[in-house]
Amino acid sequence: MSTTSGKFLQSSLGKKLLMGLTGLFLVSFLIVHVSINACIYFNDGGATFNAAAHFMAHNPVIRVVEIGLFIGLILHAVQALMLTMQNNKARPVKYAVPAGNVSSKWYSRSMGILGSLLLLFLVVHLANFWVPTKQAVFNDMEHDTFAGLKEVFSKWYFVGVYMVGVISLGYHLLHGFQSAFQSLGLNHKKYTPMIKSFGFWFSIIITLLFASMPITMFLGLIK
Amino acid sequence: MSHGNMNLTLKVWRQKNTKATGKLETYKVTDISPDMSFLEMFDVLNEQLINKGEEPIAFDHDCREGICGMCSMYINGRAHGPKSAITTCQLHMRSFKDGDTIVVEPWRAAAFPVIKDLTVDRSAFDRIISKGGFISVNTGNAQDANCLPIPKPDADAAFEAAACIGCGACVATCKNSSAMLFVSAKISQLALLPQGQVERTSRAKNMVAQMDEEGFGNCTNTGACEVECPKGISLENIARMNREFFMANIKE
Repeated sequence: MSTTSGKFLQSSLGKKLLMGLTGLFLVSFLIVHVSINACIYFNDGGATFNAAAHFMAHNPVIRVVEIGLFIGLILHAVQALMLTMQNNKARPVKYAVPAGNVSSKWYSRSMGILGSLLLLFLVVHLANFWVPTKQAVFNDMEHDTFAGLKEVFSKWYFVGVYMVGVISLGYHLLHGFQSAFQSLGLNHKKYTPMIKSFGFWFSIIITLLFASMPITMFLGLIK
Repeated sequence: MSHGNMNLTLKVWRQKNTKATGKLETYKVTDISPDMSFLEMFDVLNEQLINKGEEPIAFDHDCREGICGMCSMYINGRAHGPKSAITTCQLHMRSFKDGDTIVVEPWRAAAFPVIKDLTVDRSAFDRIISKGGFISVNTGNAQDANCLPIPKPDADAAFEAAACIGCGACVATCKNSSAMLFVSAKISQLALLPQGQVERTSRAKNMVAQMDEEGFGNCTNTGACEVECPKGISLENIARMNREFFMANIKE
């Protein structure tokens, strides 16, 4: 039998694997992020939160992981764009009557749109917090991230943008979490239902936790 | 019109040949029995067209008992129509109501070019099979079945994958026109059995490479293929194909 050689990462399944792996890596970052966010609930004028933010901004290990995070994000987004273009080419003539929600969930078919919303949100989010923090570190100054939080989340339109970002994240995860395991080839009669229900609750809980921060600050519940 | 019979409006894709641009044409059929199959209803429509001196609608069909996989019709936004786990010939007109408008389109995929009207060229599947969807065996008589003990769960899983009739509904229904359910079923049915071990590695690599070359889209795990598959082939096969492909790339 002839052996057709092809670069693994250029194959459809190689790309799927990369999407799944980078996706799960980005999920691990969300857990760290939401834990730091939760520090505001000590309600101590941001002392705990700022201490955690200071650690994240100065710890060398975190600095290295941050670079990995950006690489992961870029890989995930660029790959998704390439796959989407390829998939559009695979059906040049569309159906007059689309399938709708009969055989699949709307959010499973809308990962590109949800991901694009997330990316747009990230631009705003990084401009709000990441850039000022970096500027402070670069100029060797202390940065009061908590004060920044209060300022941003006192504006209703920022709270609105954050809600859109967080809800997009929730639906993106709702499909993406369990989908990543399938892409890695992990599908099992016993464990897949567990992964699916874990992914479901994980997506909902992380969405609520992220959403709670701008809302409680906007309402002035955090002193 | 006898009791329970229906009058229907059909919008059917007409396309002269692969290169021509097609469009949906509207036809009326009257006095359709609810006991007819969808294909028999098309036979009635074609008789009507022939009597009027018009070109009948080209559509694929062969066994008319749900095993050949030829009857590729995308009906009202669903492969093989509004019921699950059936082919078009197993779809009965009782699934519709008097006065309904039914839109019938061919499978839509770059890898399945339209030959004429509702018939599409699915030879991309044959080329994928030719890259490894077989086993090499010595000629001669079949040996005694008990010489090769196979665990029952493996035999069952292989059998379920082997139920694939290669109809292409998975490609037609997938938003990305991905062929992964088909290819994974063909890889699985052999990977699970002792006879399939010899070419196991090259099979996974070569069939996936051919699938990519044919211009099918990528899987995004929406699960639509599994829902529309007339033979109930499960997504577990796609995960197995992923494992087979990763292992094959590690080995070679």
